[in-house]
Amino acid sequence: MKNNHKAVSYNKWGYIFLIPFVVVYVIFQLIPLFTTIYNSFFENFMSGLKQVGPNFVGFQNYAKLFSEGDIWVYLQNTMIMWILGFVPQIAVSLLLGAWFSDTMLRLRGQRFFKTVIYLPNLIMASAFSMLFFALFSDGGPVNTILVSMGILKAPYRFFSHVWSTRALVAFMNFLMWFGNTTILLMAGMLGIDTSLFESAEVDGATSTQVFFRITLPLLRPILVYVMITSLIGGLQMFDVPQILTNGTGDPMRSSMTLIMYLNKHLFNKNFGMAGALSVILFIVTGILSLIVFRFSGNREKTR
Amino acid sequence: MEGKVKSKGVPIGVRRIIAYAVLILISILCLFWFYVLFVNATRTNSQISSGFSPVPGTNFAANWSNLVHGTLPIVQGMLNSFIIAGGSALLCVYFSTMTAYAIHAYEFRLKKFMYTFILAVMMIPTQVTALGFIKLVQKLGLENNFVPLIVPAVAAPVTFFYLKQYMDSNLPHELIEAARIDGCGEFRIFNTVAFPLMRPAIAVQAIFTFVSSWNNYFTPALILHKDNVKTLPILIAQLRSADFLKFDMGQVYMMIAFSIFPVIFVYLILSKNIVGGVAVGAVKG
Repeated sequence: MKNNHKAVSYNKWGYIFLIPFVVVYVIFQLIPLFTTIYNSFFENFMSGLKQVGPNFVGFQNYAKLFSEGDIWVYLQNTMIMWILGFVPQIAVSLLLGAWFSDTMLRLRGQRFFKTVIYLPNLIMASAFSMLFFALFSDGGPVNTILVSMGILKAPYRFFSHVWSTRALVAFMNFLMWFGNTTILLMAGMLGIDTSLFESAEVDGATSTQVFFRITLPLLRPILVYVMITSLIGGLQMFDVPQILTNGTGDPMRSSMTLIMYLNKHLFNKNFGMAGALSVILFIVTGILSLIVFRFSGNREKTR
Repeated sequence: MEGKVKSKGVPIGVRRIIAYAVLILISILCLFWFYVLFVNATRTNSQISSGFSPVPGTNFAANWSNLVHGTLPIVQGMLNSFIIAGGSALLCVYFSTMTAYAIHAYEFRLKKFMYTFILAVMMIPTQVTALGFIKLVQKLGLENNFVPLIVPAVAAPVTFFYLKQYMDSNLPHELIEAARIDGCGEFRIFNTVAFPLMRPAIAVQAIFTFVSSWNNYFTPALILHKDNVKTLPILIAQLRSADFLKFDMGQVYMMIAFSIFPVIFVYLILSKNIVGGVAVGAVKG
């Protein structure tokens, strides 16, 4: 009884301590979200020096967005570059994670390797992209090295070809994220009951069999988590292609991503279209994060 | 047992050699770019354009002084980046710990709702609310101001979640009770008992927040337009959009190095905490 009384008198502090979060969240996230949705229903852009709108137009911005078709092209670009980076990312991460967590293998220098592979994740993406732009430019070090080694006859113009530009974006995403994924997957692998590995060993399973029959199936929840969070991150792809292509998404807008498209509308003050695009991205990421949320919620319960 | 494994699959020694070979290859793949960056930042423009050499040059100091006295306000840019990232990191960890403490230490009616809400909005990217954010910043007259880049860090669901996880296993309720019996006020308990106990987790999160703010390009580029408030990523984008070939490449590399190497340096000192901290928050296993 006494305890209960005490608890009641303290618990108002729960609300008090939540005030900063709630106030800042409402001002800088929630209100902007509603303004964004609100703006998506208005025609509001600059035509030369003339301001058009804001006039209420209902769902016209959405209709225009889809009928113009650019959004599909940019969605496709974004997905292609995401997949090109994600497939090697998950493959390499699984391999390294399995090696790092393998007690039989007893790899030395694990801390060094983990430090190195995680490093690119912390690098400023814009500076890293600028670096890659300089390194892979027509007269840049990569071309000079490849030519002097006799692999190429003449410098290859990486940024003038669709697939080399996309591949570079994907490669940079891979470099920046595989270390992170490795560490996540490794944590998952270390969580697997070691007696399973031991009994498989006794039964004479090879390490390949152990990997595909035990590790991989048990890792599925984490793999799904990694994949969906990476997809959400992939949809936000911006810094790398923006800097590499100087915001143009060239060649022929083949590396223009959805957020670059949004950024363009925002800079041109085409707020109606920017709003509609934002809302669509919001809905898509919302659905995706709901899936992640469900997944982690389920795991919490089953634990 | 060893014998069995040997007879069934590839011998352990061979597997170990393959593993090391691949790991070394991948490490080179990660580090090569930064090595080239370092070398080229120490060479003159003509040396760089005449081809790559693995040996560093001697032009480091000259490139540096050319860059500092050049057209881009790079030192100011770094200072701006530092103020924004430092301010964000401090506000973020202090108030995220406070939010986590509210959910951890008290029982109140909206607790479960708030917790669920914060987790649910965790994945929503800032880009999708950028339009409303710009409108708000314009309305408040805060363009070219650091406030809208620092203050939002108070509400950071991801940091909150990480700290809450850490709190669950490191801040026992008995400790809070004991402090209450000693006559401490709730706010003081938070500041003098809870916050210090969270130090390891707070350090990790402070670093992450600092780095992501330091690297952020999208949002600052939308609200910082004047030269004297621009951050490093914006200056780099500006460098990229300028006519590239007119530049002294030694300076270009120096500027990239200047944005990248401080982070690498700090990372190498603190790598143990950082790499260890990555897994804890995200995977609940």
